[in-house]
Amino acid sequence: MLSVVVFLPLLAAGVLIALPRLTPRAVQTTWVAAAGVELVLVGVLWSGYTGGRGSGEGAPGFAGPLAYETDLEWIPSIGSGYHIGVDGLSLPLIAMTAVLFLACAVYSLRARQERPRGYAALFLALQTVSTGLFAALDLLLFFVFFDLSIALMYFVIAGWGHGDPARSALRFFLYTFVGSLALLVGFIGLYLAADPHTFDMVELAGQTPLDGRAVAGGAVLLAIGVGLAVKTPLAPFHTWLPPAHTDAPAAGSAILAGVLLKMGAYGFARIALPILPDAWRAWAPGIAALGAASVLYGALVALAQHDFKRMVAYTSVNHMGYVVLGLGAAGTAAAGTAPQAAQLAVSGAAVQLVSHGLLTGALFLLAGVLHARGGVYDMGAYSGLAGAAPRFAAVLAVAAFGSLGLPGLSGFIAEFQVFTGGLGLAPIPTAFALPGILITAALLLRAMQRLLLGRRRLPPGTAFGDLRPAESAAIVPLLVLSVLIGVLPRTLLDVVAPAAAAVAELVLR
Amino acid sequence: MDALIWILVGLPAAAGALVLTGGNRAERAAAPAAVAVAAVLAAVAVPAVLHRLAATAPGLPGIGFGLAVDGLAAVGVCTLAAVFAAVAVFSWGEREGEGGRSRYYGLLLVFAAAMLATVMATDLLTLLMAWEVMGAVSYGLIAFHWREPRTGSSAAVAFLTTRTADLGMYAAAGAALAGGAHNLDLSELAGLSAPWDHVAAGGLLVAAAGKSAQLPFAFWLSRAMDGPSPVSALLHSATMVAAGGYLLLRVQPALAAAGWAAGAAAYLGALTALVMGAVACAQRDLKQLLAASTSAQLGFVVLAAGVGGVSGGAAQFAAHAAAKSLLFLVAGVWLVRLGTQDLGRLRGAARRHPVAGACFAIGALALGGIPPLSLWAAKDLVLAAAHLPGLHTAGLAASALAAGYAGVALAAAWGRPAPSARHEASASSTAAPGVGAAVRLPLVGLAAAAAVLGALALPSVHHWWAVMLGHPNAPAPGPVQMALSALIAVAVLGAVALAGTRRGVPAAERRGVRALRAWLGLERAARAAVAVPVLAAARGLAAFDDRVLDRAVTGAAAGVPLLAGALGRRVEPAVDAAVTALAAGVRNLGAQARRPQTGLLHQYYAQAVAVLAAAALVFVVASAVM
Repeated sequence: MLSVVVFLPLLAAGVLIALPRLTPRAVQTTWVAAAGVELVLVGVLWSGYTGGRGSGEGAPGFAGPLAYETDLEWIPSIGSGYHIGVDGLSLPLIAMTAVLFLACAVYSLRARQERPRGYAALFLALQTVSTGLFAALDLLLFFVFFDLSIALMYFVIAGWGHGDPARSALRFFLYTFVGSLALLVGFIGLYLAADPHTFDMVELAGQTPLDGRAVAGGAVLLAIGVGLAVKTPLAPFHTWLPPAHTDAPAAGSAILAGVLLKMGAYGFARIALPILPDAWRAWAPGIAALGAASVLYGALVALAQHDFKRMVAYTSVNHMGYVVLGLGAAGTAAAGTAPQAAQLAVSGAAVQLVSHGLLTGALFLLAGVLHARGGVYDMGAYSGLAGAAPRFAAVLAVAAFGSLGLPGLSGFIAEFQVFTGGLGLAPIPTAFALPGILITAALLLRAMQRLLLGRRRLPPGTAFGDLRPAESAAIVPLLVLSVLIGVLPRTLLDVVAPAAAAVAELVLR
Repeated sequence: MDALIWILVGLPAAAGALVLTGGNRAERAAAPAAVAVAAVLAAVAVPAVLHRLAATAPGLPGIGFGLAVDGLAAVGVCTLAAVFAAVAVFSWGEREGEGGRSRYYGLLLVFAAAMLATVMATDLLTLLMAWEVMGAVSYGLIAFHWREPRTGSSAAVAFLTTRTADLGMYAAAGAALAGGAHNLDLSELAGLSAPWDHVAAGGLLVAAAGKSAQLPFAFWLSRAMDGPSPVSALLHSATMVAAGGYLLLRVQPALAAAGWAAGAAAYLGALTALVMGAVACAQRDLKQLLAASTSAQLGFVVLAAGVGGVSGGAAQFAAHAAAKSLLFLVAGVWLVRLGTQDLGRLRGAARRHPVAGACFAIGALALGGIPPLSLWAAKDLVLAAAHLPGLHTAGLAASALAAGYAGVALAAAWGRPAPSARHEASASSTAAPGVGAAVRLPLVGLAAAAAVLGALALPSVHHWWAVMLGHPNAPAPGPVQMALSALIAVAVLGAVALAGTRRGVPAAERRGVRALRAWLGLERAARAAVAVPVLAAARGLAAFDDRVLDRAVTGAAAGVPLLAGALGRRVEPAVDAAVTALAAGVRNLGAQARRPQTGLLHQYYAQAVAVLAAAALVFVVASAVM
């Protein structure tokens, strides 16, 4: 079942490539249909998910019991298998991935795309790779998906970007690829340390092979950490992000920020923390400090931007910083203390992954609308759009307020948990990160004020039409989901909280 | 029954969301919907208050969403329900036909939900959510006329200033969890372990000072006056701004437990009442005067929380809400009909709209602390509890200033207009709409409330009030004190009003007056102290990001071809030379090795003997050494 979910988009991509002479319309319809079916299947997975109870025995010592597990031989000579499954950490991300890819498919209906077949096929393949990564329970499988995502995104940016796409795409590829090599070194370190040698995450989490070996554990954590930090991205490993985003097509940016960045942060929660708990605990204060530094640095640099899309890109550095802060703070919890604070911090980090995917996805698609109408991202070129495009203004306002952490939207649920759990565990980094929500508020309000309010001004020779049905249909559901999580957090937390509790327990044992 | 409490929050929130997203269809239905919701809220508030409802719902891990009506919340719910109803009816009568109604009423409805959740919240999660939603709605309503160039930045100033203070509440939530209040219950804040009790109390004090426009945050309220007048009546005087003082009353045990926090609140409130009272006296714009007086009057609520006078603080909260929302609504009436809120040009406005004028007079007299009206009674209740040194005197001085600014407003409204202005005004009034019943009804209702709440001065009424709030032993003011405060209020207000009606608004422009009129330059100071350095840091870091960090990465990448070139030019020939040399050496050795192969048998024997001898020698030496 899970394998079907993983590979269905790839199948659809294959069909698109294999069938010659499809009209662009047919290509787009097929894409939307495939993404829609995928979402329905994920919905079935979600409704059948009972926290692991009654669907397989689950793996003790891992982040909660697993569901929909498949474990087949793949490369037995090195102990690597096709092992996939979901739990409370990965299922929300798989669902978010399905939602965001469908949104991008719908968004792409808005206008005729150049070379639509390749575009749709690339996105469908990316969807398989992303879903597979979140479901992977084997380090080598994870790594393959991790690298494929980089390669596929390279083609999206280079082939369909604007500005200087070839250069940005190459920089993105090289930077994140070098990061993935560090990741591979770390994985091999884990493989060699395990007895018997294995790449299986569940077995590794049961063994925690490097516990008690401070130097080796630290070195492996460093390698894995650098690899994931590039992709997350944590400051100072983020400089590939702004050019990649500014030059990528809108849907590509939405996927890059919404899904691909999650792979790094998810890796921390999925691999680094459960398999290297000792090293994580030892380095947790530093990790939390790095997260807090990212929060502040990303927010401040975003505040200085004039380019709307670049600004949103930097807020990603800020938002992903909260994830690392939460996971780091959880690591500082002393063994034997009350688990609630660590649990809150981890749960906040996990919610932030989903929330950021929805909100930043919406913001990047809105940036695409801005570019499609006015041809530039420069905020100084626009003013008073609320009159010309009231729906665009309203949707942008909701997305911006969500992104600045307004209660009632998902971002608050994430950040409040990180702060509340983190303050007692890691007081100094958390206190430093706290002004982050003020700076993001300042920069998003300033952006809204420049773009939406005041007297009307547009780049010369352009007209600013309001959101079209396809654009609304792509963006509004993302915000509706964010509000749903913000108002009724239990819809998400019922799945996430047990997994967060399990991760917190791993650290506290 | 307890589920009813969710209606209080859910109904206005849902109605607001519907109106906001309803598009053009909602435009016409918005006002009736708001009034209908106001009626339902008033109806549901009665059982909620009488039966002291309470409910919780699951929220975050270990932390629920909790709402409950206790004595203090009853005061809050009734105040909000009353003022919201008044503002909804007033707006229906006054703003019909204007554009953007769905946005206006939709935001008001969401605000009502948020404020009700704020007053009923039993834990910091629920409180913080409602608290920040109020701030966002305030942003939307201040920027309601978004085409005006100034409103957007005013809204941002208001939102960012209050959010700065809200960081205190985020810190308080973290401190509560760390200090042992696992579900963030407000009632458990007084028992936190050190040092978290200090963090929580300090954080809440900062958050409340920001929301209630206390010093040094007061300036945002001046910018908030760019919103429509009914919005100022509801949000920026009666309810949202007052929520800060209300919060301090609610967490008063935590302030007292932290020790210093209670004293800090008391003196902060007294200082704000004094300074902002003086600022209010110096204003020449009616809405600015009312805004500054809001800060000053809420200073008494903060003071009350600091000295433990919860019953006096709650009385001040309710009485101020009635009087101030009334004054803002009348200011709105005049702004629509006379096109000004300048005190000089408003002269005589009350004479031309007698009902509104009479209501304004009642509100202003109440604001000035004239007996037997509400704020006179409330302020005496607050001061009866103020035993810390200097507080009582400061409170009396602040009351005198309150009588002063009330006198200024009253003189402007009821003074004789200058002849030229009279002509101008009568010309404009022929075109302006009259004051209809939908406008009069809320004004009269609020005026009645502002007057009747003066009954709290009666010992029996006060006793009932104090018991309801759970402070049955709250100190009541003695007759001497009440007479003294009444005397001060009457004398000052009378003198200012008389002088004002005779001379008009004084044109004296002393430096001190100018500073007071500009709200002491607080906004400029905040910009210089916070906004400018942060922006400079942001620009600096952005430059660092582009020029250093990004360059370093590109530089490192560019280093790879350089390294490759160097390798190709230097290392590669050297390696090649070494390999060639090695090959030559091997060839040489091979040539050498060929030499013994002579094919002559005796030479082979000689070689074998030599080798054996050498081996024997090595063996002997080795065994000797070992």
